[in-house]
Amino acid sequence: MGQLISALFVMSIGVLGCAIYFYGSNLLLDICFPTKNRPHLVIAKNLRITNTIRPWLFIGPALLALGFYLIFPVFDSLRLSFLDRTGENFIGFDNYSWLFSSSEFFESFKNNMLWLIVVPTAATFLGLVIATMTDRIWWGNIAKSLIFMPMAISFIGASVIWKFIYDFRSGDDAQIGLLNAIVVFFGGEPQAWITIPFWNNFFLMAILIWIQTGFAMVILSAALRGISEETIEAAVLDGANGVQIFFRIMVPQIWGTIAVVWTTITILVLKVFDIVLAMTNGQWNTQVLANQMFDWMFRGGGDSGRGAVIAIIIMVLVIPIMVWNIRRANAEMEGR
Amino acid sequence: MVTSSTTRSPLTFVVHLTVLFLVVMWTIPTAGLFISSIRDKDQLSVSGWWTALSASEQRLVTRIEIPKDQSMENGQYVIRGNVFAEAGDNTVSQFGYSSLKPQAFEAGTKAEMKKGKTLIVQANGDYVITSPKAFKGRGQRVFYTAEIPPRFTLDNYREVLTSEGLGKSFINSLTVTIPATIIPILMAAFAAYALAWMKFPGRALMVAAVVGLLVVPLQMSLIPLLRSYNVIGEFLGTGSKTYVGIWLAHTAFGLPLAIYLLRNYIAGLPREIIESARVDGASEFDIFRKIILPLSFPALASFSIFQFLWVWNDLLIAMVFLGNNEEQLVLTGRLRELLGSRGGNWEILTASAFITIIVPLGVFIGLQRFLVRGLLSGSVK
Repeated sequence: MGQLISALFVMSIGVLGCAIYFYGSNLLLDICFPTKNRPHLVIAKNLRITNTIRPWLFIGPALLALGFYLIFPVFDSLRLSFLDRTGENFIGFDNYSWLFSSSEFFESFKNNMLWLIVVPTAATFLGLVIATMTDRIWWGNIAKSLIFMPMAISFIGASVIWKFIYDFRSGDDAQIGLLNAIVVFFGGEPQAWITIPFWNNFFLMAILIWIQTGFAMVILSAALRGISEETIEAAVLDGANGVQIFFRIMVPQIWGTIAVVWTTITILVLKVFDIVLAMTNGQWNTQVLANQMFDWMFRGGGDSGRGAVIAIIIMVLVIPIMVWNIRRANAEMEGR
Repeated sequence: MVTSSTTRSPLTFVVHLTVLFLVVMWTIPTAGLFISSIRDKDQLSVSGWWTALSASEQRLVTRIEIPKDQSMENGQYVIRGNVFAEAGDNTVSQFGYSSLKPQAFEAGTKAEMKKGKTLIVQANGDYVITSPKAFKGRGQRVFYTAEIPPRFTLDNYREVLTSEGLGKSFINSLTVTIPATIIPILMAAFAAYALAWMKFPGRALMVAAVVGLLVVPLQMSLIPLLRSYNVIGEFLGTGSKTYVGIWLAHTAFGLPLAIYLLRNYIAGLPREIIESARVDGASEFDIFRKIILPLSFPALASFSIFQFLWVWNDLLIAMVFLGNNEEQLVLTGRLRELLGSRGGNWEILTASAFITIIVPLGVFIGLQRFLVRGLLSGSVK
């Protein structure tokens, strides 16, 4: 109870502090440069001043936060990648040459690529299929809600859920993990799934696909609704069958949305960390970049140089998507 | 809609079946977790959750307590009792007195033991042990195989909430999540309004920067921020791991999406409303407070749900910017610790996992409408 009260106290200070800044700073501006009940010339001058200052009062906190938490670190990470583990001495490209000669890095890189290929593809494809099918049945919305639900579950929570499914009991003990129980039911040998190199990656990916399919489904479903009925009716009149309509008429029309879903999941996959940490912590050849980076941040007191290098690799992989996003946003703004 | 002409095809049946199959695939993992979390822990560890409604066979052991006043019957010392601690529909099928042969005797038969002792265990668990001499030392152990009917209990929840510290972590999670949801909304709303409707140099560049920052991986920020926090924490004497620190971190990491979503929404509001308010002499702050904020409610709600889910479910930032002591360990961090220390205790893990996901699930189910709307405005641009 005591903790609850102190938590509430701390919370209200944080939130109030923020509110007071916005209210107070704007009030101060209005008091210093009043724009009412003054001679016209003064009002005009004060208006000019307030109109120059106020945008910065509005955007200032966000700008500071973004600068300190996102923009400065990008450059600082770059700088740290040329420094040693303590971040004090310049060591040139040593961290980079370490990285490209380390087998651990190639393992994580390879696994990351595998994740990048499998997860966005599977989630987008499943999402599209489910979106198409649920639109045809009367209980489609209930089905969609249920498939969408894992989106709310944390990666670590999902990891526990799936670790339980993959659970393995040796010997003749009854299997309490669903997967092994099914395997045994069909007369197979139970396996410790997450310890089987290479294939265990797919068991980990299943978790993210399970979470992300709902996201793909919701967005693609909305896009499918936007398809004009005339094009479909015309195709039906021309004698196209269901599969042809789907691939030749519907998919091309929502191509843009598919790309958005795909890239969004791709970015998420690049940063995947919690699942690997919870399921294997990179053992049995399941390491990925984000987890390796986290590992180096703290391993043996932490190696900021090597951690930073791995972060930069992740960043480099993201840059193409970033450029594409900015271009698209610009094109859209011009179109407005 | 689009498929009205194909609905009546024989394919419909296949579609129903496929969707049903997929829905089952998607819900079974969570259902299994929930069912397991309310099962008796002894049953959970020996049988799958899908058997939760059928009786389970368990091999158990109990030690007979020797009473102070031992009663005599027909020249023999006798102790009577029941192997089950609690009454129930339990049935004993076999029993034994040695760990080597725990199933040596059928229930109801008499077991002859050393030194003239005898032991009988009935199917309902009642036992009688007799001895020519007074019982002394530690009591006899009785091994038995029992059919235990399905038992559901909230004990697992009681245990994790108190002795495993989930209750405390729950409050810690709230302490992190609520400010980390409200502060970025405030900041982003003001920034979004400025970016949408105010004139100042560098505006276009900032909008582009926000779009770019949407995808900058968190990993780039971690090491520099950890170093900065260490320096600042030392300077202020507060240490590097504080709630204020994690609020600000979550705020900043949520800002790009928040500004992006809200700017799109606010920029789409009708120009006439804002212009006429300006003509009437309202200050920009008043316009924002009295006109923009109420009108942007749907966008604000969408983003706050995102941010809430994201902060509540976050593990990485909490692990880097908060300590792992009682006062600061959040639910996700606690669950991760339990996964390490209680790896095989599924009754603890399932109950803990369910506690960590119950709040986001509730938010999700209750506010799905806003969430979907937000997703759509964020992605289908």
